[in-house]
Amino acid sequence: MSTSANPPYTMIVGLEVHVQLLTESKMFSWTGTEFGLAPNTLCDPVNLGMPGTLPVMNGKAFNMALKTAIACGCTIPRYTKWDRKNYFYPDLPKKYQISQYDLPFSLGGSLPIPADKEGNGGKTIRLTRIHLEEDTGKMVHTSGQESEVDLNRAGTPLMEIVSEPDIRSAADARLCLEELRLTLRYLGVSDCEMQEGSLRCDANVNLHIDTPAGKVATPIVEIKNLNSFRSVERALLYEADRQYKKWKEDGLTISDAPKETRGWSDPDGITKLQREKETAADYRYFPEPDLLPVVVDEEWVERLRAEIGELPRERRQRFESTFGLSPYDANVLVEQGKDVADYFDAVVALTDQYKMASNWVQQEVLRTANADGISVADFPVKPAMLANLIARVGRGELNNQQGREVLGKLIETGAGADIDQIIEAGGFKMVSDEGPIREAIQAALASNPKAMEDLKTGKKKPDAVKGFLRGQVMKATGGKANPALVGQLMDSILAELEGGA
Amino acid sequence: MQLTNLTATEVVAGISARKFNAEEVAKAFLDRTAKLKNLNIYVHLDDEVVLNQARDVDRRLAAGEAVGPLAGLPVAIKDLLCVQGEPTTCGSKMLANFRPPYNATVIEKLKAAGAVLYGKANMDEFAMGSSTENSCYGPTLNPWDPARIPGGSSGGSAAAVAAMTAPVSLGSDTGGSIRQPAALCGVVGLKPTYGRVSRYGLIAFASSLDQIGPFTWNVPDMALMMEAISGGDPKDATSLPDAVPAYSQEIEKRPERLRIGVVKEFFGEGLDNEVAVAVHNAIEVYRKLGAEIKEVSLPHSKYGIAAYYIVAPAEASSNLARYDGTLFGHRAKDFSPADEAEKDLPALVRMMMATRAEGFGAEVKRRIMLGTYALSAGYADQYYNKALKVRRLIRNDFETAFKDVDFLIGPTTPTPAFKLGEKAANPLAMYLSDIYTITTNLAGIPGLSMPCGLSSEGLPIGMQLVGPAMSETALLQAARLFERETDWHTKRPNI
Repeated sequence: MSTSANPPYTMIVGLEVHVQLLTESKMFSWTGTEFGLAPNTLCDPVNLGMPGTLPVMNGKAFNMALKTAIACGCTIPRYTKWDRKNYFYPDLPKKYQISQYDLPFSLGGSLPIPADKEGNGGKTIRLTRIHLEEDTGKMVHTSGQESEVDLNRAGTPLMEIVSEPDIRSAADARLCLEELRLTLRYLGVSDCEMQEGSLRCDANVNLHIDTPAGKVATPIVEIKNLNSFRSVERALLYEADRQYKKWKEDGLTISDAPKETRGWSDPDGITKLQREKETAADYRYFPEPDLLPVVVDEEWVERLRAEIGELPRERRQRFESTFGLSPYDANVLVEQGKDVADYFDAVVALTDQYKMASNWVQQEVLRTANADGISVADFPVKPAMLANLIARVGRGELNNQQGREVLGKLIETGAGADIDQIIEAGGFKMVSDEGPIREAIQAALASNPKAMEDLKTGKKKPDAVKGFLRGQVMKATGGKANPALVGQLMDSILAELEGGA
Repeated sequence: MQLTNLTATEVVAGISARKFNAEEVAKAFLDRTAKLKNLNIYVHLDDEVVLNQARDVDRRLAAGEAVGPLAGLPVAIKDLLCVQGEPTTCGSKMLANFRPPYNATVIEKLKAAGAVLYGKANMDEFAMGSSTENSCYGPTLNPWDPARIPGGSSGGSAAAVAAMTAPVSLGSDTGGSIRQPAALCGVVGLKPTYGRVSRYGLIAFASSLDQIGPFTWNVPDMALMMEAISGGDPKDATSLPDAVPAYSQEIEKRPERLRIGVVKEFFGEGLDNEVAVAVHNAIEVYRKLGAEIKEVSLPHSKYGIAAYYIVAPAEASSNLARYDGTLFGHRAKDFSPADEAEKDLPALVRMMMATRAEGFGAEVKRRIMLGTYALSAGYADQYYNKALKVRRLIRNDFETAFKDVDFLIGPTTPTPAFKLGEKAANPLAMYLSDIYTITTNLAGIPGLSMPCGLSSEGLPIGMQLVGPAMSETALLQAARLFERETDWHTKRPNI
C-alpha cells in the first residue's frame, strides 16, 4: 500500500479490461478473427450490418466467457440477455453495438494478486461483472482531413471485465493484469496480446488523501490508451502524482468535479485530457430483439467447470504444498506461463529432487529459453532428460557444478543428446575415492601456509578459511571431487593436525 | 382460359399437368401487369429475369428433373425482402441503389420450391404506413377503386394479387401490414406466429414484431405458400424450429374444436357499420357450422396502439441508424453547413445528417424521432419500459382468452379502403386503421384476414381470425371452413 507519511494518500484503482476471445469466427457471424490481415477483408453481410441480416450468437464464444467467469469464482445468473448500445460512429457498422447492459452473464468473482519476492501478496481483487459484446472496427486517421475505417475487428467477440476499486498501487494493478492474462491463457480463451489489442485496459483512479480534517477523495479519472502492462503502471504513478499536486493547487474533490477521461501518452509519459463530448452520451440501451436471452442452467456450468483444468492459483498452492516450494518460487514457475509449469511438473514427476528441479528450471532452463527466444515447450532438453540429470546429482554421481555443466552440454547438443556419452566424454564423474581427495587436501594445506596461520590465530573466521581451502581442493581436482566428502575429510585432517600439535 | 384468373393451386397443377407451361403463365401475368401500370404496383420488374426463371422451370420439367411444389408459380415480392443482385429498396430513396449480395431465407425457400420470383412490390417506406402513400415511388392504387389506397404497408403485394398481376405475393406485417391491405384489397393475408417464418433478409422495421407472410386468393393457396416458406432457420435466432405441418392436407379437415371468441373491444366506436354487419354475418356462418360463439374481452387492447407506437419506433430508430451514408445506401453529395449552428460540426456528422435528411421520408423521420425519444435517458422508463409492460398485459389478455376459445374473430379494419390523401395529413387517424391488427404483433400470435363481404360501394371487407401461437393449422382449417360455405374469396375487382 502506498499509504505512508509521504505522500499522505492512498491510490484507489479499478480496472476495465477488454479481452478478445480466441474464437474462429465472430461473435454474431461467420467470418474469421485473425489479426493483421489487409483492411476490410474479414467482413460478411452480418458484421457489416447490411440491411436484412441478423446476428446469431457464437456459442463457443459464450462458453469461453462462461469458463472465465467460472474460473474467477463469479456468480452465473440463470438468465442473461443482449442489449443494443446505440451511437453513431463510423467504426460501428450497425450504429449500435450488441452488448449486455443490466443483466450480464457474470457477476462478482475475484482475481488473486500473487506473492512477491518478499512474500507479500495474497490480496484479492474483487470483480464487479463480466459481460460479452462485439468489438468495433478501427478508425485509421490518415494525414489530412480523411479518416479510414477498417472493419476487420468489427464483431470480434469481446469480453469486458470490470473490477471493483480494490487496487491500491500501480504495482498491484500490473500484477492483477498479469494474473488475469495468465488465467485467460490457462483457460485458452484469449492470447491477451496487448500490442495486437486482444487485451485492452482502462483504469479508473483517484486518491484518498489524509488531511487533518479527515480523508479527502480526489475526482475520478479514467485513463485510456494504455497499451502495455508497463504503461498501466507508469500511467497510474504519473496520475497519482498529478492528482495530488492538482489537489494541493485547487483543492477540488470528487464532489466538485465530474469524472474526466485522460489519455496516456507513452512517449511523453503523461496523461492528457481527452476532449469531452458536448453532451453526455445517451446510448439508449434496449434489449436486442434479434437475439434470444440465454438461460444458463447448473448442468451447463458444471459441464464447463469440468473442462477447466488446474488454474494458476491452484497450481501455486500445489507447488507449495506438494513440493515444498516457497510462495515466491511457486509463483515464478507459474507466472511464466503454462508451458514452464508443465515442464516443471514433468520433471518432478520423475525425480524427488524438487528444490533442485525448481532452481534449475527457474535458472538454467528459463534463462536459456528466454535468451534463445524459444518457449519452454520447445526447450531442447526435455523434462525426462533434466530429471535424469537431476537424479544423478541427487545420487551423488555428479556434483552440482558438474550437473550444471552437463546441462550446458545437453543444451548445446540439442535434441538427441546422449547424456551418458556427454558425461563420459567430458569426464564428468564425481570423485568419491578417499585416497586422491585426501592427497589433494594435504597438498592444499601444505601450499597455503597463510591460511593455516589464519586458522591457528583465529584472525579470520574458520568457516571462511575452510571454504577457501575447499575451493582450492575442488580446483585441484578439476571440480570433480565430491564436495561433501571434501568437507568431511578436510575437517578430520584439520582435527588430526590440531590434535598432533 | 384466362391464366391470370387462376389461383396458385391451379397454376401449379396446370403446369405440372402440362396444360400450359411456366413461360406462358409468366407472360400472361407480365402482359396484364403492363396493362395495369397505372396502379403502380411494382417498383422493380424485369420481364426477362422473370421469363428466364419460367423457362428454366419448363426446361427442367421437360428434362424430367425434380421441380419443387411451387414450380412455375410467379410470386410478387414486397420490396423489403432481399433478392441477391436485384434492387431491394424498401420504397426509400435511402436504398434506391441497394442490391443485396444475399437472398432472404424466404427467397431461398421459394427458389428451392421452383417459384418464379416476380417483381418487387411497392410499399410504405421501410414498412411504415397503412396506405402505401409513404413510398418514394408514389402510392399504389387499389384495384377495386383507383381513387382509393390499397392499404399498407404491403399495399403493393396485396394489390398485385387483387389486380391479378401475380397469383400470390409475399408481404410483411409489423402491426397489420399484411392483414390490413389484404382486407382492403379483398384477398387472404396471413401474419404467421412470430418465428414461424425466418426474418433473415427481411429489412427490419421493428425486429420483435416483423413477420413475413403471403397474400393469396384463398386458403388452399395460403397453405401451399406457408408450407414453402415456414420453418426454423439457423440464420434467424428468433425463428422457431418446430416441424412444418402439411398445411395443404390439413386444411381440409375440420378444426378439432370450434369455440370462437367475439372480441368485445373490436366492435366499438370507429367501426364502420357495413364492416360490422359483414363480420356479424360471418359469425352467423360459423354458428350454423356448429361453432360455439362466445363474447370475450381483451381489456388491454385499448392500449395497443399506444404501446405499439413506442415499441416499434424504438426498435426502428435503432434498426434504421445504419443508414447514415457511411457503408451503403444514399450518401448526400452536399453536406456543407446548413446554418450557423452546423459550422462547428465535424464534416462526418454533417454528412450523416444531410444523408438522413435527404434519404428518409417524413413518416420514417417521425418514427425515428419518436423512438429515439422513447429510449432516451430519463424517458425510457416512462415510455419504452412502460410499453413493454403493456405488451406483457396484452399477451396475457390473449392467453386468458384462449383458455375459453380456440379462435378470436373480428373485423380486420375499422373501414373499407379510404381515399388517397384522406389520412395522409393526419398520422393518428392513419395509425388507427391498424387498431384491430396491432395487438397480435405485440403478442406474437398469428392472425389471418379473409374477405367476408363487399360494401355498398363495392369495396372489399375483411374479417380477422386470430389464434394462439403456432395455431396456423387450426386457423387455416377454420378459415377454410368459412370459405367452403361462402363465395367472397371468388370476388374479383372489375378491371
